[in-house]
Amino acid sequence: MEFNRKHLLGLEGFTKKEITHILDTAESFKEVLSRPIPKVPTLRGKTIVNLFFEDSTRTRISFELAEKRLSADSVNFSASTSSVKKGETLRDTARNIEAMKIDLVVIRHGAAGAPHFLTRCVDAAIINAGDGAHEHPTQGLLDLMTLRDKFDNLKGLKVAIVGDIAHSRVARSNIYGLQAMGAEVALCGPATFMPYEAAHWGTEIFFDIDECIEWADVLNVLRIQLERQHKGLFPSIREYHALFGVTRKRLDQARKDITILHPGPINRGVEIESELADSECSLILNQVTNGVAVRMAVLYLLSGESEDGSAKGGES
Amino acid sequence: MKTIAQNAACQKVDKILFRNALVVDPEKGSQTKSDVVVEGGKFEEIGKIDATGFDGKVVEVNGKVLCPGLIDMHVHLRQPGREDEETVESGALAAMAGGFTAVCPMPNTDPATDTAEIVGFLKERAQDLLVDVYPIAAVTRGRAGEELTEMGSLVEAGAVAFSDDGDPVATAGILRRAMEYVRMFDVPIIEHCEDKTLSRGGAMNESAVSTRLGLPGIPGISEDVTVARDIEVAAFTGAKLHIAHISTANAVELVRQAKKRGIHVTCEVTPHHFTLNDEVVSSFDSNFKMHPPLRTQADVAAMLEGLKDGTIDVIATDHAPHSIEEKEVEFDAAPFGILGLETALGLVMKQLVHPGILTLPQAIAKMTSNPASILRLQRGVLRKGAAASVTIFDPDVAWTVDKSALKSKSKNTPFDGWNLTGRVVGLYSKGRWWPAETE
Repeated sequence: MEFNRKHLLGLEGFTKKEITHILDTAESFKEVLSRPIPKVPTLRGKTIVNLFFEDSTRTRISFELAEKRLSADSVNFSASTSSVKKGETLRDTARNIEAMKIDLVVIRHGAAGAPHFLTRCVDAAIINAGDGAHEHPTQGLLDLMTLRDKFDNLKGLKVAIVGDIAHSRVARSNIYGLQAMGAEVALCGPATFMPYEAAHWGTEIFFDIDECIEWADVLNVLRIQLERQHKGLFPSIREYHALFGVTRKRLDQARKDITILHPGPINRGVEIESELADSECSLILNQVTNGVAVRMAVLYLLSGESEDGSAKGGES
Repeated sequence: MKTIAQNAACQKVDKILFRNALVVDPEKGSQTKSDVVVEGGKFEEIGKIDATGFDGKVVEVNGKVLCPGLIDMHVHLRQPGREDEETVESGALAAMAGGFTAVCPMPNTDPATDTAEIVGFLKERAQDLLVDVYPIAAVTRGRAGEELTEMGSLVEAGAVAFSDDGDPVATAGILRRAMEYVRMFDVPIIEHCEDKTLSRGGAMNESAVSTRLGLPGIPGISEDVTVARDIEVAAFTGAKLHIAHISTANAVELVRQAKKRGIHVTCEVTPHHFTLNDEVVSSFDSNFKMHPPLRTQADVAAMLEGLKDGTIDVIATDHAPHSIEEKEVEFDAAPFGILGLETALGLVMKQLVHPGILTLPQAIAKMTSNPASILRLQRGVLRKGAAASVTIFDPDVAWTVDKSALKSKSKNTPFDGWNLTGRVVGLYSKGRWWPAETE
């Protein structure tokens, strides 16, 4: 199958067929990762820049590793948006990219739509590594891959996303990706963390974690940004944990197997009980491994290399 | 640089006959095939006129629309302070290209238009231009929401209204004092209705679209609660309140009810708020970012209803030039505001008149006699003996917006490439005849 997109800006609008193709490609790269020498020459000669305008360790390392495993040349650019006047850096950086003949740009930025802005400035393929509260498509894909590994078919699977939905790009990419794959999605968290008209997504909404657990096969537990407390969005960590913390006790009450995902990094004892994060129901480490494979697949599919080795034409 | 008045195309004519016009009288609500004679800056005759022996200039209007010169009661000319984005002169050129003969610049300049000196400076800058400039002065010093400006001196210097536009008047307390004080001069307070505690940090309308895009939202209630506050303070003080750039269905309903209660409240809507809804933000193009934000389609429908039933008195553009450097950035980081002067008439015709939402005289009234009456300007009417300024436009001509051809110093329009209907043909203003440049 041809993959006809020029950029990966978000999972909104992706079809089941497209996602399946990315995940299948990722599976074949996952096999590469298990080899004694986990490296292929697929992207030799391609230049990739990782533009990180927001602090990120996991996502950046995962992308860097994926690029190295594919033999691409990559350079890193990190700048904290707080240290420079917003907007200036991205625009200037875009001009530099154009001059340096870069093939792919991986961008993480605090502003929703920053990757879209970049597509209007440069010719390179753009991969969104997280833009504000908008999307984090490779995270969404790795979550889908992790669930597919375990459940095979995602159709009808009940996945609840728990936490600060309003400010979460992971939540949005999960909603779009899961719904495209036929899964049922629910959102759970305090009302102040629920975005306006969240129901328009066609998701279930729970304000009671026990009801949510009762409903769900999978909990995707989001990291709580502790600073939100000071913005008046929730009263305290203690109250959050008491009302929405995912604990062993709560899972035992439900008397069924629950699978747990978490995009990391974990606030142990806040959104999830420490012991539970390391337990048999947690797929957190599988997510990390799959992250590299998924990013390899995305880089490869957007690199302009077609599966028969010739350069891919056309735009989308 | 030559001033506009020195331009050869722009002749001083004491006596001028407009022949074969479709004369729109906004007060009577009529449109009649007729001729118009202007002499000594005043309307001399309106009716069938025998041109034989007429010793002035004759302009053949060819059935195009002739109406009082259009007034835009809400613009930002960026002078003083941001002359790189717009000046009184470049703003006047944009106004002319849009068919306006009068504009009212808002006081959120740098420094704020809060003294008689700055009002005088703006009036002076406009003296030789074809467009009349009626400054709106700040309600509070530096628009800081604390102390009243010298409103008496400001009115004397030429301020036609007061506003802290860009912000609402900060508190109900200072608004009350301002409204009590301003009653002595019988000029309105124009309010930018936004409760900052609800809107702070927001970049677009809070809706299903903001939820989808992950952009921080500005809820409609931010506007609604301030409109409600202002209406009650106006009712209490008896002052005249004009709501700037109304954008929510609730706010329109609040104004509708307030008018029924007999409170002195009027309001305006911008062309973009009756044309666009927040779905367009999906492109993350910052030319769709302004205050108030583009709302939902239900709100757009409420704007059309309000225009139709007369709740919305005025169409004003909120012309807000911004430099490319500032505007072409990530959506979150971009400043609020878009251009309006040069696309307003085309949008009014395309969106309101041609689809039959407003009649031609109704639409013209919202850009002439209504703003003139709110601001007590001696213009905007077609009465014999009244001061004459005239806009002539072709109501049916189709044209395409090309941002590189705009007269404004800035280019931040969301309507680049749009096909609009209706465009200025010529203006008569300040005793001069200016035929619009045709392409």
